[in-house]
Amino acid sequence: MNVPASVLVVGASAAGLATAEALRRQGYQGALRVLGAEPHLPYDRPPLSKQVLAGAWDPGRALLRPQAALAALDAEFLLGDAATGLDAGTRTVHTASGRALRADAVVVATGLRARPLPGQDALSGVHTLRTLDDALALRADLLAASRCVVVGEGVLGAEIAATARGMGLDVTMAGPQPAPLAGHLGPVVAGQLAGLHAEHGVRLRLGTAVGGLAGHGGRVTGVRLETGEVLPADVVVVAMGAAPATGWLTGSGLRLDGGLVCDSRCRAAEGVYAAGDVARWHHDTAGGLIRLENRTNAIEQAGLVAANILGADQPYRPIPYFWTDQFDARIHVYGTPSADAEVTVVEGDPAGRRFVALYRRDGRTTAVLGWNMPKQARLRRAEIGDIAGLAPAR
Amino acid sequence: MKIIVDEDRCCGAGQCVLLAPEVFDQREDDGIVILLTAEPGEHLRASVREAAAVCPASAIELDESG
Ligand SMILES: Cc1cc2nc3c(=O)[nH]c(=O)nc-3n(C[C@H](O)[C@H](O)[C@H](O)COP(=O)(O)OP(=O)(O)OC[C@H]3O[C@@H](n4cnc5c(N)ncnc54)[C@H](O)[C@@H]3O)c2cc1C
Ligand code: SF4
Repeated sequence: MNVPASVLVVGASAAGLATAEALRRQGYQGALRVLGAEPHLPYDRPPLSKQVLAGAWDPGRALLRPQAALAALDAEFLLGDAATGLDAGTRTVHTASGRALRADAVVVATGLRARPLPGQDALSGVHTLRTLDDALALRADLLAASRCVVVGEGVLGAEIAATARGMGLDVTMAGPQPAPLAGHLGPVVAGQLAGLHAEHGVRLRLGTAVGGLAGHGGRVTGVRLETGEVLPADVVVVAMGAAPATGWLTGSGLRLDGGLVCDSRCRAAEGVYAAGDVARWHHDTAGGLIRLENRTNAIEQAGLVAANILGADQPYRPIPYFWTDQFDARIHVYGTPSADAEVTVVEGDPAGRRFVALYRRDGRTTAVLGWNMPKQARLRRAEIGDIAGLAPAR
Repeated sequence: MKIIVDEDRCCGAGQCVLLAPEVFDQREDDGIVILLTAEPGEHLRASVREAAAVCPASAIELDESG
């Protein structure tokens, strides 16, 4: 395959920037453009629910790279302009401001969009958290509030609950699962997380689905559970997951099904690739379509896409990894944990708040989880056998 | 090449150690990055650049001016 003369990356965040950087690192010298809907220079999302929301970092610290490093990339950043359509045949991207950008290779890295609760737009005081602007608006509202209800007991909901509690608010976490992250990490670790949150004073109203919002005079006053009970709130954060930002690809002819569907090379069509949260690719050893929502995947997948654009023709087979910080707990997870796996503590002690646990299914280790033991967890990463033979994509 | 790590940004992911174990390690107690050498030899530089690029916390900065 010929090296393309021009590459256009759509989405100027973790995966988009990493694609541009990897292309240059791998020796690409052609024209490089990065189109981003947000006006900000590329910034990082994990600090948004942690240091930025807490006020420990000013927003500038969340930038992914200093200006000088971005300038050294020799890429043209077109910011504050959203892609509105793609002609896959000619690889032309149309934008909100009326640009038509053609390139030999197009990389889709548009990430996710937060899923709102029906009716939330009509009420002030209700937030989702995906962007820097979201984080600053939520922080401003939390500073003036005393009671916050977080709808959602996944990673993001649990982090926001912990941060808001750390800011001194009265915090309630609501959601259908019995404990935070129960569907993801299983009952043992989720139980430990529930204990952590309760100990720090977060009220857990879990195991009951949320029915909707209650409001008065255009402002939210609470969250209505399906039982009819209303949890009073000045501020509500909706953290019920996010959907791939593929709306702009409708009509492109590309397959959109829970993400932009790609082959094992992360290619959606000739000369069109996807990386990061938006990409649902064929994992050839796992034998199916997979989409990951984590920070390291954005970088690793971007690195592989860059290599494939330059002709490597490699499959993407990562060992997934994510971390989360909640109160004093730093949790690191390698592999693919699941609620039905058998969980064994192999180092440390949950009571002492430092341990490493192995997840096993059908006699094979599928995940390693470290709770305040990052190094020890990493050292056991090699034991993961379920997606055997997987090396990190570079 | 000179490496600067920001311990306050580091989330203890250990991706750097996986890529360049001669240059990076992690503290036993909290997993925060330890820089084994700030000025790595020529043969390590490619893997250090890779490590700086994949660090999910942007905690590794490289000064390539020297
Ligand atoms: C608050 C928060 C906390 C997180 N914490 C962690 C954590 O602790 N650990 C972890 O591993 N992961 C964490 N994540 C997940 C991690 O941030 C994501 O996996 C990562 O940001 C994915 O990068 P991405 O570039 O694929 O997508 P995104 O970061 O979503 O970036 C996509 C970009 O594309 C832009 N875009 C969208 N549509 C268009 C369009 N039509 N045209 C042009 N541009 C467009 C968006 O504006 C955005 O800037 C967190 C996420 C959030 C939101
Ligand atoms: S990869 Fe980055 S975040 Fe992870 S241990 Fe190394 S410096 Fe820290």
